[in-house]
Amino acid sequence: MKINLKVWRQKSSNATGKLVEYQLDNVSEDMSFLEMFDVLNDSLTRKGEDPVTFDHDCREGICGMCSMYINGRAHGPQTGATTCQLHMRSFNDGDTIVVEPWRARAFPVIKDLMVDRTAFDRVIQSGGYVSVNTGSAPDANEILIPRSIADEAMDAAACIGCGACVAACKNASAMLFVSAKISQLAILPQGKAEHKERAERMVAQMDSEGFGACSFTGACSVECPKSISLDHIARLNREYLGAQLTTENVQG
Amino acid sequence: MKLESKIPEGPLAEKWARQKFALKLVNPANKRKYDIIVVGTGLAGASAAASLAELGYNVKAFCFQDSPRRAHSIAAQGGINAAKNYQNDGDSVFRLFYDTIKGGDYRAREGNVHRLAEVSVNIIDQCVAQGVPFAREYGGTLANRSFGGAQVSRTFYARGQTGQQLLLGAYSALSRQVANGKVKLYPRTEMLDLVVQDGKARGIVTRNLITGKIESHSGHAVLLCTGGYGNVFYLSTNAMGSNVTAAWRAHKKGAAFANPCFTQIHPTCIPVSGHYQSKLTLMSESLRNDGRVWAPKAKEDAEKIQKGQMKPTDLAEADRDYFLERKYPAFGNLVPRDVASRNAKYVCDEGRGVSKTGLAVYLDFADAIKRDGQKTIEAKYGNLFEMYEKITGENPYELPMMIYPAVHYTMGGLWVDYNLMTSIPGLYALGEANFSDHGANRLGASALMQGLADGYFVIPYTVGDYLATIGPADKIPVDAPVFKEAEEKVTAQINQLISIKGERPVDELHKELGHIMWEYCGMSRNAEGLQIAKQKIQALKKEFWSNVKIMGGPEEMNQALEQASRVADFIELGELMVDDALNRDESCGGHFREEYQTPDGEALRDDANYAYVAAWEFQGENKPELLNKEVLEFENVKLTQRSYK
Repeated sequence: MKINLKVWRQKSSNATGKLVEYQLDNVSEDMSFLEMFDVLNDSLTRKGEDPVTFDHDCREGICGMCSMYINGRAHGPQTGATTCQLHMRSFNDGDTIVVEPWRARAFPVIKDLMVDRTAFDRVIQSGGYVSVNTGSAPDANEILIPRSIADEAMDAAACIGCGACVAACKNASAMLFVSAKISQLAILPQGKAEHKERAERMVAQMDSEGFGACSFTGACSVECPKSISLDHIARLNREYLGAQLTTENVQG
Repeated sequence: MKLESKIPEGPLAEKWARQKFALKLVNPANKRKYDIIVVGTGLAGASAAASLAELGYNVKAFCFQDSPRRAHSIAAQGGINAAKNYQNDGDSVFRLFYDTIKGGDYRAREGNVHRLAEVSVNIIDQCVAQGVPFAREYGGTLANRSFGGAQVSRTFYARGQTGQQLLLGAYSALSRQVANGKVKLYPRTEMLDLVVQDGKARGIVTRNLITGKIESHSGHAVLLCTGGYGNVFYLSTNAMGSNVTAAWRAHKKGAAFANPCFTQIHPTCIPVSGHYQSKLTLMSESLRNDGRVWAPKAKEDAEKIQKGQMKPTDLAEADRDYFLERKYPAFGNLVPRDVASRNAKYVCDEGRGVSKTGLAVYLDFADAIKRDGQKTIEAKYGNLFEMYEKITGENPYELPMMIYPAVHYTMGGLWVDYNLMTSIPGLYALGEANFSDHGANRLGASALMQGLADGYFVIPYTVGDYLATIGPADKIPVDAPVFKEAEEKVTAQINQLISIKGERPVDELHKELGHIMWEYCGMSRNAEGLQIAKQKIQALKKEFWSNVKIMGGPEEMNQALEQASRVADFIELGELMVDDALNRDESCGGHFREEYQTPDGEALRDDANYAYVAAWEFQGENKPELLNKEVLEFENVKLTQRSYK
């Protein structure tokens, strides 16, 4: 296949970026989208031009590192898949594909298609855990958890932290990401003890990172490569409201 | 080099308890006077960093990814073993120990493996307490599944994403300590050298991958939790960034590298589709619980399938060869990985392989779907089936999956004693980065177990013994000459790489190395081929250092430069792997030397001459490495020909 690319190039976080056009002539439809970028980078290097910088690692849809905004959609046209799982058979010969980085104030561009997502780490650090030290756990089967609860917690825990939800949101809200963790731990008995502080702290940290407000359009869930449900945002709202009404307010 | 394994005296089941009592303790108030450097944030690194910070040590944790949560442990699918015996099916600590030793073809230490089996039960408790959503039965108890090389159900799992859930558990514990100020995180930072003075590990030199800045970090102890080196083969199931650099540079500073040729080829991966392929995707071993492996009996049928003239579903039952069930009736499709991989290779070598390339066999779920219904199969493996369909464009509920072996895990790694200390005092290696627990072949669902055992339950005890011995004052500032020299050396190498300005991109040279390794040092090896490989690798090393082409500069985000520095180390490691494979004149586990096999094609060990750990000692650039031997002593198991028939 022949593919025309328009790729966002930006030398560094302070530099001005622009879309640059490239043409690839020998693209196989069995290639993954990232392998197509490998081919592009190989040809750029041979020509003596700087290759395109992009995040990627496991290339099997689980590490959450890849992050391309393809033709106006986070991770491209396929639903329920990351960029690395997108194959060129999803495109047609002669297509023009526009590739940009995640766009959000809380995710500044580092270079080309690579952005800084450490804001997500700081949100988790603010409360996305159960406070249990190594060695102090009871026998695993002493905590009985009905299968339906375990399954629901697992649905939330499947989040890979890629940031597609933020990129897809017109407000660059991180509610789906934050709610997935809050929901997982709110459903499980292990997370109950700290659920109020957790909701307050994580929401406060999310706000201070510069993520936008949630207007519940649902774009995040549609674009989420793990199809995390909007139900979790509803649960976050309930958790947060409950915490606000019953505990001292914790800020940041 | 004197290799002291430091395995404690006494009966097997008491060794770890005795050791825990014998190890020196650091007073709780003194722990804050010690700084520990942890490189890598996968299961081993994240669990170690979190646990040590909980104890009160000051921890610095480094990873090359943008977040600790991305480490490649995240991709482990099938599960984690533990001797809980929740299923009442005859499991015990001793049985897990025995299965692991036998599965490793008797090339691991009894003492280490028994400890691993002992602490396996604590790992499950810890992870459940963290909120890891393991699969459950309707009554609320934990569910189990079976894995290769075992006849009990002892594998705990979280759908097909067990590694992800365990890593996120460890990452959450780590994040809590970051919030407490006990761990400082350094993401997008790569270790490029180990600093040693007076024979002790003193710290590391790193490169900030965003700015290119070279920096030093000083600590009382350094823990390498940097995973395996499967990417020496270029194509593997490892993440693109997985590399040997930290371990290899520590090796060049004096840490012995043990059994480098012990690599695991996983039988169930999605076959290669083209030359542009950048990685191979694993289909979890758990699929072998319900999937049946087969190939056409007749070469003619296989050829028709390869050419697309026939569908596998059109082939009559009588014309199919369920070769694992036929050859190994007792274990059937659940034989260990090395055995399953080799048999797939034999079938393809006979011309009975399928897919366009002829390099694939079938993993068929038709019987399981008929028996249990599609819904049940979907509940168990849904995400894996989806992943398969995304990559291949075929629906595995309708057509059998095509699979082929691929490099997956490396049992070899830095030599460590019972306390996980390498041959450099103060330098430890945990998880896949060390060599210690899996012998010549790792059983499925045991990598997660080992990573977390080392990080949560072994290192918190053993590192204290060393720290108490040296004392808090025994630390060197980062402006000491030894750090400055190391920084200069690292900077010089980076500048050299960039200044070559040759003609060939790094990827192309890496692929060439991968071809050599797969061809001559892969699923089966022979002396003649290994000699050829050695020459080819030496030639490639010259080519690399004279003809690599890296665009961009050293003081910026430069992914080609990162990769080049890793490939430079892979090339050197590749040569050592070949030397190790040549030295080991026997077949054992994943190391299959064609000259040494039983009449029916199984691995033939030579216990009289090779029941030892080969620990290689660096002697200087371009000099042959020195072989040191740690003889393995077996007091509790009888060495037998492994049989899964």
